[in-house]
Amino acid sequence: MSTERRVKTAQLATSAISPRVPLLVAGIGLVVVILISTAVGPANLSIPTVAGILLSHVPLLHFHSGASAIDHAIVWDIQLPRVILGGIVGAMLAAGGASYQGVFRNALADPYLLGIAAGAGLGATIVIVASSGSTTWLPAAAFVGGAVAVTLTYIVGAKFGGRSSGNSVVLAGVAVAALFTAVQTSLLQQHAPDLQSVYSWILGSLASATWSNVWLIAPYAVVSATVLLTHRRLLDVLRLGEEEAASLGVNTRRVRLIVVAAATLGTAAAVSVSGLIGFVGIIVPHMVRLTTNASYRVVMPVSIVGGAAFLILADMVAHTIESPAEVPLGVVTAIVGAPFFIFVLRSRRAQQGVL
Amino acid sequence: MRSIQKCLVALSIIAGVAAPLGAGVSGASTTSSFPLTLKMADGTFTFTTRPDAIVSLSPTSTEMLYAIGAGSQVKAVDNYSDYPTNAPKTTLSGYDPNVEAIAKYNPDLVIVASDTANFNTQMAALKIPVLYDPAASNLSQACAEYGPLGKVTGHNAQADKEVATIKATIAHIVATTPHAKKNTTYYYELEPDYYSVTSATFVGKLFSLLGLTSIADSAKGLASSGGYPQLNASFILKANPTYIFLADTLCCNATAASVTARPGWSTLSAVKNHRIVPLNDDIASRWGPRITILLQDVADGLKGTPVPASS
Repeated sequence: MSTERRVKTAQLATSAISPRVPLLVAGIGLVVVILISTAVGPANLSIPTVAGILLSHVPLLHFHSGASAIDHAIVWDIQLPRVILGGIVGAMLAAGGASYQGVFRNALADPYLLGIAAGAGLGATIVIVASSGSTTWLPAAAFVGGAVAVTLTYIVGAKFGGRSSGNSVVLAGVAVAALFTAVQTSLLQQHAPDLQSVYSWILGSLASATWSNVWLIAPYAVVSATVLLTHRRLLDVLRLGEEEAASLGVNTRRVRLIVVAAATLGTAAAVSVSGLIGFVGIIVPHMVRLTTNASYRVVMPVSIVGGAAFLILADMVAHTIESPAEVPLGVVTAIVGAPFFIFVLRSRRAQQGVL
Repeated sequence: MRSIQKCLVALSIIAGVAAPLGAGVSGASTTSSFPLTLKMADGTFTFTTRPDAIVSLSPTSTEMLYAIGAGSQVKAVDNYSDYPTNAPKTTLSGYDPNVEAIAKYNPDLVIVASDTANFNTQMAALKIPVLYDPAASNLSQACAEYGPLGKVTGHNAQADKEVATIKATIAHIVATTPHAKKNTTYYYELEPDYYSVTSATFVGKLFSLLGLTSIADSAKGLASSGGYPQLNASFILKANPTYIFLADTLCCNATAASVTARPGWSTLSAVKNHRIVPLNDDIASRWGPRITILLQDVADGLKGTPVPASS
């Protein structure tokens, strides 16, 4: 065992790692961001108006906000579902990224690593092209496409790859993604008028969020988050490396499969309603690692809360900066994400192997 | 965005094979006399006889050709040219014109709506004349396209007549429709994801003839949208337009019922007062002879007359 690993093992064994403080900070941030971004928008409502409308929906309170029916509809039917959906999507992408980074022990892993983006993109493209623009089946198709791509990646990687190092799965992901993207590109090339619809889906948007979208993905999000949170200690053990984890009695193959499946479920659900939003899965977990602790006991819960806050904030920028026109959400996260990504690569803690 | 694309991208191409015997007809201002030398998009061409194998790659130009009596000279039209229904529809794309596929029809005139440098160069090499009829941004631009079209096809008189008819019909509709009250606004939906038009677009200018103003005019950040901004639901609800016009009934099955069912939209006065007017997207995205039908549908909507979903 190398010195570095011995130190890590010692840290893991001894330090009393508690996510309480960072979780509290992220939680307060999340509430503030939810309130502000529900108010901010083309309608420019005041925070008290928004708070009043929200309070009027609290059961048993019998609060009357006195806001106009239109303001009420803007807050309750349009802004709030968008904010909540953004929160769920952000949480899923951040948790997915954190999980993939742990499972594959790769700082650059994001939830799209195993071809989910290409699969969901192909599914969405097929539906948009076949139904000439209708979006009824879009979430289902994106979900199925993403799930098919990851399953294919896993089968190919596990069958032809070596003894579960994870690298063969990642390489299989590259191949599957290339294949799906090629099919998607050729489809688009033949149906040029649908380019705009597909393109705006690919760049990610929460503009058409409704409560039904929220209810659609909430169950998947809950299952995924629960599984990932209960596996946070095992993810810490995986950080030690294959052999050490095995010597501690951990079935690394099984843990890896469960974590990847749960992360994929959450990511596929998120992608199905919001399109492809890049960088969240990389920025948020790394930000948590750099500011708090690299242990998954902290990284996982704080990434979930922080991911929600981050994406809500990004979406607020996306729909106010050129209001009422929308800037694609994926563009906003990438503009924040790219410089941060470079910062992560250069950071001393990353070079010291904070993963 | 489909309708915008269709509109902006529709290309029509007419190709003229120079026939040896020119059927020269006199009467300079009414009928072209062949041989005729014209400056086309891809160079100067001499038409020894009137073009008889026209390829139109623009749905609007196809409609115009048939309206001025040149329908029998049309050999092929692009995949979106669905009106009139007897037009020889092919798989040719106006969006992404394929020179070889077009050349197979041996055209003596090609009409396009978008001007691409490479396309013109290739067509020039094949010595096929190209007429460029771009998307009009106002009524006079639309009317100005009939003149050259009539001249090159040998239907000057009918082209002039068609323009006069369109102008008279529009004047009649405007005169017989009670002018909308001041500050009467509308939301014009191009796609269910809230792409709309400002009053500065072709459609917007047509609507302002009836005293209507687009809610999109007050949107910030319009400069980059080219008059076709994407709005969002909060903005539309806050603007609370007097009328809602749906130009996505065919592409995306938008109906008064589907709009009413959108979360929060039932609070809008246009929804409560049943002022949702479905339009035919194909007609609404073209600047051809059927703009009078579009304006009539809008006028009927203002009068409260039920409008058929696809006129």
